[in-house]
Amino acid sequence: MGILENKKIAILGDRDGIPGMAIEECVKTVSGTEVVFSTTECFV
Amino acid sequence: MNFPVLKGAAYALIQANDMVVHQGSTQTSEVRLNPDSEHLKEIHKHLRSFEDCVAYPPNQAYIGNIRPKDLNGIARPWYENPLKDATRDGKHGEMMPLDEFYGLMKAVDAFDLVLLEESFQNRVQERLLAHPAVKGWKMLEKLNKNHAQQPQLDELVAGHKAEPMYFEGKLIGCVKKAHDFDAALSEHVMFENLVSKASAAFCLQLLFSKTGITPSDVEYIIECSEEACGDMNQRGGGNFAKSIGEVCGCLNATGSDTRSFCAGPAHALVEASALVQAGIYKNVVVVAGGASAKLGLNAKDHVKKGLPVLEDCLGAFAVHIGENDGVSPVIRTDIVGRHTIGSGASPQAVMQAIVANPLDNAGVKLKDIDTFSVEMQNPEITEPAGAGDVPKANYKMIAALGVMRGDFEKADLNNVVERIAMPGFAPTQGHIPSGVPFLAHCKELMGEGKLNRAMIVGKGSLFLGRLTNLFDGVSFIVEKNSGVISGGGVDKDAVRAMIAEAMQGFAASLRAE
Repeated sequence: MGILENKKIAILGDRDGIPGMAIEECVKTVSGTEVVFSTTECFV
Repeated sequence: MNFPVLKGAAYALIQANDMVVHQGSTQTSEVRLNPDSEHLKEIHKHLRSFEDCVAYPPNQAYIGNIRPKDLNGIARPWYENPLKDATRDGKHGEMMPLDEFYGLMKAVDAFDLVLLEESFQNRVQERLLAHPAVKGWKMLEKLNKNHAQQPQLDELVAGHKAEPMYFEGKLIGCVKKAHDFDAALSEHVMFENLVSKASAAFCLQLLFSKTGITPSDVEYIIECSEEACGDMNQRGGGNFAKSIGEVCGCLNATGSDTRSFCAGPAHALVEASALVQAGIYKNVVVVAGGASAKLGLNAKDHVKKGLPVLEDCLGAFAVHIGENDGVSPVIRTDIVGRHTIGSGASPQAVMQAIVANPLDNAGVKLKDIDTFSVEMQNPEITEPAGAGDVPKANYKMIAALGVMRGDFEKADLNNVVERIAMPGFAPTQGHIPSGVPFLAHCKELMGEGKLNRAMIVGKGSLFLGRLTNLFDGVSFIVEKNSGVISGGGVDKDAVRAMIAEAMQGFAASLRAE
């Protein structure tokens, strides 16, 4: 997760892959991150 | 316990090239945001003929002329390997061209909103009056009258008073707005709702013509599409179900609409099963029509990569749930999975809730399920758009869950996926591919003794409605009928309970003495 440290994060989740909220939970464990946008989209 | 049974299922596809271009939300969004885009210039070159659409192997699997697993024996890309001698008529359904379908839209329109150009109307009337399934519809009389002339259509569409109906690039009709300013009755909404109603009614009629049920047998209809009908005071008030039953002459039926995005059909089938098992209704039909907005949803990627526009079909299905006949597959209403409000949204939490928990509660192992009908989207549509193979991802998740639970060895994971999986074969029409496309195949395979138990899974993206971030999912088990029907209203479980009660009473009387 080193690449995410102290970064602003935009999350695009996939309804049939990993939802945005789940990615958000993972990102929150990295220090200094700020989730500025998070969504889950549906392509089907 | 007498479980309800899966008596039959029917399926319809309507190829709708012109709707892809003029009503598909990907294209209408492009018109709004980027009207000079390459995509809008190029898309016409990627539309395929009705014949190519009919011969496309996944479509033939959807209407029942081949089995889903037969697709494993056909080289990809499937659009380059059409089936020889493919027909629009299927064992479980039918494919219809757009011109005939526009005729159906006018036939089912109860408020004279649909106008068709005179010569076009005459031509499709002739075709529909010869159609084996719908030729008896009294409503086809509407194709005798109220035709339009070209200048009238041009004026209505140019004045934003009507949604255009194009066929092979030519304006041949329109759907007028149903109110001067009510957004819930706009020309766009009325178009989508009439598409949904007409395709559902067509499919319900196919259910009657391809299975044993008659319109007068139906006592309840549950409609489970993703559209909403109503006016500005009750947008989404309903009721598609009764309007569809009315078209098909289901005079003894009432009905209602059930919604939960793509999980709607699975919810509706559980509800239908419960109504039958409770004895409230003997025959319940679950039905849904197609979504014009979803046509060409991933068309930008298809066009960019040189593929045909594969999302060119409206989908529809109709399923009949009835009382146990000792033959048809039973719906195990005692093994129903549900994604609860507290389940969580991660893929693992969803699968745990809708696949693992119901099996645990019933003491059934994952390995006891022969196959799973998950969201059966055709991977040839989703892979070029970067959304992967949706059914395969679901199968891997189920197999991995089985490994974590100790049902399978880790080394067997790929073999398990191979055993429980089937390739996706349904169009990306949201609720249409969600578990239900396999039901007719399932009934057939169980009748042939090739399948004992299947789990049907539906999942829904509730967050798209912007009222909650929750996900949704429902599952149920379809099982080969044992042939034993409990009679006289008392089954074995009930008899056991009565004996136990009598013994307890006897024991209590002995203690008292």
